[in-house]
Amino acid sequence: MQAIRRIRSRTIVLPAADVDTDQIFPARFLTTTSREGLSQALFADWRFDASGALQPEFVLNRTESTGCSILVAGRNFGCGSSREHAPWALHDYGIRAVISTSIADIFFNNALKNGLLPVLVDAETHLWLLAHPGAEVEIDLEASTVKLPDGRRAGFPMEAFARHCLLHGVDELGYLLSRLPAIEAHERKPARHSPA
Amino acid sequence: MFEKIWAAHEVVPESAETPAVLYVDLHLIHEVTSPQAFTRLRSRGLSVRRPDRSLATLDHATPTDTQQVFGGVPIRLESAARQIAELERNAAESGIELLGLRDERRGIVHVIGPELGVTQPGMTIVCGDSHTSTHGAFGTLAFGIGTTEVGHVLATQCLLQRKPKALAVEVRGKLSRGVGAKDLVLAIISQIGVAGGSGMIIEYRGEAIRALSMDERMTVCNMSIEAGARAGMIAPDETTFEYLRGRPRAPSGADWDRALVAWRQLPSDKGAAFDREAALDAADVEPMISYGTNPGMTIPVGGNIPMRDDEAFLKALRYMGFAPGEAIAGKAVDIVFIGSCTNSRLSDLRAAATLLRGRKVARGVRMLVVPGSQQVKRAAEAEGLHEVFTAAGAEWRESGCSMCVGINGDTAAAGRYVVSTSNRNFEGRQGQGARTLLASPVTAAAAAVTGRVTDPRELMA
Repeated sequence: MQAIRRIRSRTIVLPAADVDTDQIFPARFLTTTSREGLSQALFADWRFDASGALQPEFVLNRTESTGCSILVAGRNFGCGSSREHAPWALHDYGIRAVISTSIADIFFNNALKNGLLPVLVDAETHLWLLAHPGAEVEIDLEASTVKLPDGRRAGFPMEAFARHCLLHGVDELGYLLSRLPAIEAHERKPARHSPA
Repeated sequence: MFEKIWAAHEVVPESAETPAVLYVDLHLIHEVTSPQAFTRLRSRGLSVRRPDRSLATLDHATPTDTQQVFGGVPIRLESAARQIAELERNAAESGIELLGLRDERRGIVHVIGPELGVTQPGMTIVCGDSHTSTHGAFGTLAFGIGTTEVGHVLATQCLLQRKPKALAVEVRGKLSRGVGAKDLVLAIISQIGVAGGSGMIIEYRGEAIRALSMDERMTVCNMSIEAGARAGMIAPDETTFEYLRGRPRAPSGADWDRALVAWRQLPSDKGAAFDREAALDAADVEPMISYGTNPGMTIPVGGNIPMRDDEAFLKALRYMGFAPGEAIAGKAVDIVFIGSCTNSRLSDLRAAATLLRGRKVARGVRMLVVPGSQQVKRAAEAEGLHEVFTAAGAEWRESGCSMCVGINGDTAAAGRYVVSTSNRNFEGRQGQGARTLLASPVTAAAAAVTGRVTDPRELMA
């Protein structure tokens, strides 16, 4: 995983609330055994019509969205299924951060593990971002702030260990493996609530 | 209860710098969210640490067409066949038990865990599937994880987790006749909202919850994720123990007695504190149906679609082909789907069959009945339920996720209306452009008979 410190980009704005992972990555593409190249399926039913032609009015298809790596989304983004294909597809498309007031739990976790930064901002900052698509925004992970074009900064919460992993480009598995002695000790203890 | 289970599974407690290392008692695996995890494991030179604490099955992409499962006809979807073959290989190489394509114990992962008795109170259970919350019906801490975390559990049997908050949902009183667990959970979601349980674990309590059977409790816990909560739980009681007694993998003999002692200590202590509480009266719950594109958009079958004019609401109604203020009863139906980890257990099939007995599926309506597991299928056949379904004109299929997620070939065409006992009415969930109306098994059966959205109580003797 690549280390992340700063993400600076114009924003793409997708204001709808409750965008579920079936929209982000439709289920019919789930019969893949790979995690590469999944951006083809990203928002497939919104980007393309039934014949496969681009829907020019969908925000990702507009010329001004080209090269943008920050997605500003409505509340409860990523609800529904646990499919990690959703953050894989967003990352593969070039998105590096999703900003919202709330992001669904499983998607949030999955995003963190794939170098896709889930950024929760206050309602006022969110409203400003929704109203200003294409704004040049800078996310500073170390300081956990989002800087708006006028210089205002909004803080966002970031769990300490996830921040450490993202800043150093390491994954959590290394840490878990380093705790194997404690895991083995736990397995030797008699279980308190299960007879096994 | 949640606190007790959490504490018993904390390998390393959380600190300001690091989340807790949480031990996983049981890891359930299926073909769709696991292949990339096994690949990643291999590329790092790691092996599966505790195959004995893992159980794999085939459900999501697996055909429900009898010819493809048992008749020697090749699996029609090549990509699905590849996923199935890959799980077969991964399970064999790592020593994980796989209940394979023609195994009589195969079925939807959240149906077979409880059915086999591997799901037990006090456990931690995870699976690369958001409906893992189902197992919480037994007083287990069970939640869905992504594929990266599937890899973590394969390699270490542990996960890194921050402790979530707890939400108590109290359901007072008794459910009325013709109203079931599905109606109740849809009512709960419409009350607290599709993000109402975000960052939380829900504990369902109260008289109406205690009165539910295990099948019904599973239906309620199953849809916790539809309220944004990763897990839902119900304290184990005599109903739980009676369900588990004698199951093939439940403890037996002296182990059973020891287990009971431990399980009886699990329920939350009197006065246990919750971060938030919500309550509703069971008597107010009516047969429910969804009219929009998320599971919070539900109304009583006899009700009218709300009058709202915000863009998201109108977009959802445009997708559904409905207008604000319209009655939902009487809307024409093309397909009825009885199945999914929400409502495919024997009691669900019995409820649907009771309404269908001696009746026919309306002309032009396709009805699929997909049992949750092969064991559910055989049990239903032993009672003759399959004859009720086939005599009515419904399809009686092999077990699997089928039209709930529509990746095994069981899909609805664009524009079609599906009354479905599944859990998600998202755009395109059951096929590109397909329109889903979530409902209980009896409401779905009533729609099959009349070809229209119908209050099932009108057809009950």
